[in-house]
Amino acid sequence: MAQPYIKLTNICKKFGTVQANKNVCLEVDKGEILALLGENGSGKSTLVNMLSGIYTPDSGRIEIAGKGVVFHSPKDAIKAGIGMIHQHFKLVDVLTAAENIVIGQEKSVFVNRKKTAERIKALSDKFGISIDPDKKIYNMSVSEKQTVEIMKILYRGADVLILDEPTAVLTPQEIKGLFAILREMKAQGCCIIIITHKLAEVMEISDRVTVLRKGESITTAVTKDSTPQQLTEMMVGSAVSLDIECPKEKLSEKPVLSVDGLIKRSPDGVPVLNGMTFDVYGGEILGVAGIAGSGQKELCEIVAGLMKADGGSVKFEGKEILGLSPREILRHGVSMSFIPEDRLGMGLVAGMSVMNNVILKSYNRNPGPFLDRKFAKTLAEQIVRDFDISTPSVYHEVKKLSGGNIQKVLLGREIWLSPRVLITAYPVRGLDIGASYNIYHVLNEQKKKGVAVLFIGEDLDVLKSISDRLMVIHDGAVVDIADPGSVTKEDIGMMMLGHKPGEEADRAV
Amino acid sequence: MSIADRIHITKRAGSSGWQSVLTRVLAIVAALVASGLIMLIMGYDPLEIYGRIITSSVTSARKLRETLNKTILLTVLSLGISVAFRMKFWNIGAEGQFYMGAFGAALVAFGFPELHPAVLLPLMGLSALVFGGIWAIIPALIKLKFSTSETLVTLMMNYLAIAFIAYLESGPWKDPKGLGVAKIAMFPDNASMPEVLGVHAGWIITLVLVVVMTVMMKYSKFGYQVDVLGESETTARYAGMNTVKVTLIAVAISGGLCGLGGYMQASAIEHSITSQLSGGLGFTAVITAWLAKLKPPVIVAVSFVFAMLLKSEVSLQALNMPSAITGIIQGVIIFFVLGSEFFVNYRISFRKAEKEG
Repeated sequence: MAQPYIKLTNICKKFGTVQANKNVCLEVDKGEILALLGENGSGKSTLVNMLSGIYTPDSGRIEIAGKGVVFHSPKDAIKAGIGMIHQHFKLVDVLTAAENIVIGQEKSVFVNRKKTAERIKALSDKFGISIDPDKKIYNMSVSEKQTVEIMKILYRGADVLILDEPTAVLTPQEIKGLFAILREMKAQGCCIIIITHKLAEVMEISDRVTVLRKGESITTAVTKDSTPQQLTEMMVGSAVSLDIECPKEKLSEKPVLSVDGLIKRSPDGVPVLNGMTFDVYGGEILGVAGIAGSGQKELCEIVAGLMKADGGSVKFEGKEILGLSPREILRHGVSMSFIPEDRLGMGLVAGMSVMNNVILKSYNRNPGPFLDRKFAKTLAEQIVRDFDISTPSVYHEVKKLSGGNIQKVLLGREIWLSPRVLITAYPVRGLDIGASYNIYHVLNEQKKKGVAVLFIGEDLDVLKSISDRLMVIHDGAVVDIADPGSVTKEDIGMMMLGHKPGEEADRAV
Repeated sequence: MSIADRIHITKRAGSSGWQSVLTRVLAIVAALVASGLIMLIMGYDPLEIYGRIITSSVTSARKLRETLNKTILLTVLSLGISVAFRMKFWNIGAEGQFYMGAFGAALVAFGFPELHPAVLLPLMGLSALVFGGIWAIIPALIKLKFSTSETLVTLMMNYLAIAFIAYLESGPWKDPKGLGVAKIAMFPDNASMPEVLGVHAGWIITLVLVVVMTVMMKYSKFGYQVDVLGESETTARYAGMNTVKVTLIAVAISGGLCGLGGYMQASAIEHSITSQLSGGLGFTAVITAWLAKLKPPVIVAVSFVFAMLLKSEVSLQALNMPSAITGIIQGVIIFFVLGSEFFVNYRISFRKAEKEG
């Protein structure tokens, strides 16, 4: 290979005592898509943040077109033609796409709308992007917003695009659209770096893949010469099984949790739950697939008693629990555990110790006005041991633990309560492969004990593997409950957009 | 490369206990040095002023007693404030709760002047607790109902309470023997708090409160609920806590303790109530509570230091030194101690310019 367009050599970066990057090397050429693969905490984000000027490396060299550069701020990186798309979009909701695209980029005080519109049009044609420049951001879907972000970067004249987990929030159809844009950009000679930990996507889109592990670049491989198994082993550092088990268990005779015709309207009257109806039986995992914002959050919070419903019913073993507060639900002996997606905002108290977090739901079990600290310590030590949580001590603040360990504290506490129903919302979000498989294993263990598990997930491959039945929701209602073994991902994707299987496919677009 | 680029700020992985204590001690030393520089610029000898602050506040039994009187009041008020602050309920209405507590005590004192002190004094305290508590619960209820900012409402209710006392002074409770001066009559003798070991008995109540509050916040279920609620209301609800009940009880304790401060000051020091009874300590207590990181034993120490500064104001004036100097010292200490939080959490390093290209 001749001199690559972007070349990073021996990049090191330390945060406090943590070595986030150590002698990382990376090369990308024009007209190439490089995937950056690594577990959580392997230093992917740190690395691209240095390439986009957010951090400065402690040592090492960044070269662009053979010339060494030093970025002191994101501005320098933008000047050098590098644009980054973050996981959280940085757009102004009340402005239109076009306005967002030109923000901070016009040299003159006034915006020449006509000229701007022409340039956006030209870029759209060049890269095959469809975008409505006059649409307000708050009216846009997630994938439209992402497209605006990409356009913003192209408008600046960037020819290096870095995407941080761009597919996490998209449906399969939207991912296809994104990949089409990326391929077009590649054909036009752009450099693209994409961070992901979905192996299927790495195989599909990238030309080469650089694997990071514990802050070091382990290897760079040509994608078409490697297999997912090899890449995973390099990423994790040991052989792992990529199969998620789904053992068949004996189901309870009656549903443990029945949701019937659940209705919820948002404060401004928009329906978010539209008569959602389903049953969960003991001994099964009911997977829930749906685009983010299809009513998952409302469903969970209503069942857990945190939110009031506008209609319908929720029965636990035949008893109506809708309208009860979380306290009353606990007091009625309803053993239900809800693991919220917002781990540190709802499920755990970020600034408190592991010990004080594991007793969050059981602190009141002893009589009298005082906390049973002996019980708290024993319980914390037991959960730390059983779930193999790595923490300096049970007195350590949970917010200082890693994502996987935080999730294990939460899961450990809920499972210790021996629930009959376990509701989990995105339990592996942000976790690396090793930690995710641990969580899947724990959920399967619960299923074996006859617990009814509701698993709200986002990765369709995982949902298909772990679920006994797979429920697809759209716009606050159940589209279908499918057999995960036979349904295709494409069909699930169509259902997530609200189309029942067998309907005319062309109406989806 | 500009200078700003060479300064590197990194988060500390975790600072040990003694490290953060050391940082704070250094901050106080630095604050004293910085205040000293200000005095030098103003043409005063800092050593003389610091010496004077000590000699005028602790070197005789009488001076020490006056300093301790202020310490007692500041401690009780800070304890009250700290309960609400732990829950992130920003009660800056200690002044108002103080005055309503004093009013509650006075109601009992004037209502039952013949009662034996052993009955009357506890009754006055109880009444002060209730009145101070109610004055704090009002803004809490308004907040729960209408999501108002408790900072604003508790602040505004201070002025209501002070105006109410001023109205009593010149209106219904005006002392007919006051020769036309608008003031409230003295309490009956039975309503005066006795002295124990030369200082009014409030110090015993205060020490008991320090112990009770420490135990409550650290070891009780209620303290745990307050801490969880302070971190996140959603989590508290998720855990099945009755957030409304916990909020109201904690706020009532907060206001009740401030009210108790009013009772002690009225009964032991002034033997009456006036609209200047607090001397603004309800606001100073916000600072002492915060500087003590809401920890009861530390509150005692911080309150003592601030009481020394307050006590020495008058004697500095007598020496033609500006009494505002103690205000400057207070301000500089706050500035340095709060500023030092940054150094507890972050590390700053400098690096040499790199060659570009």
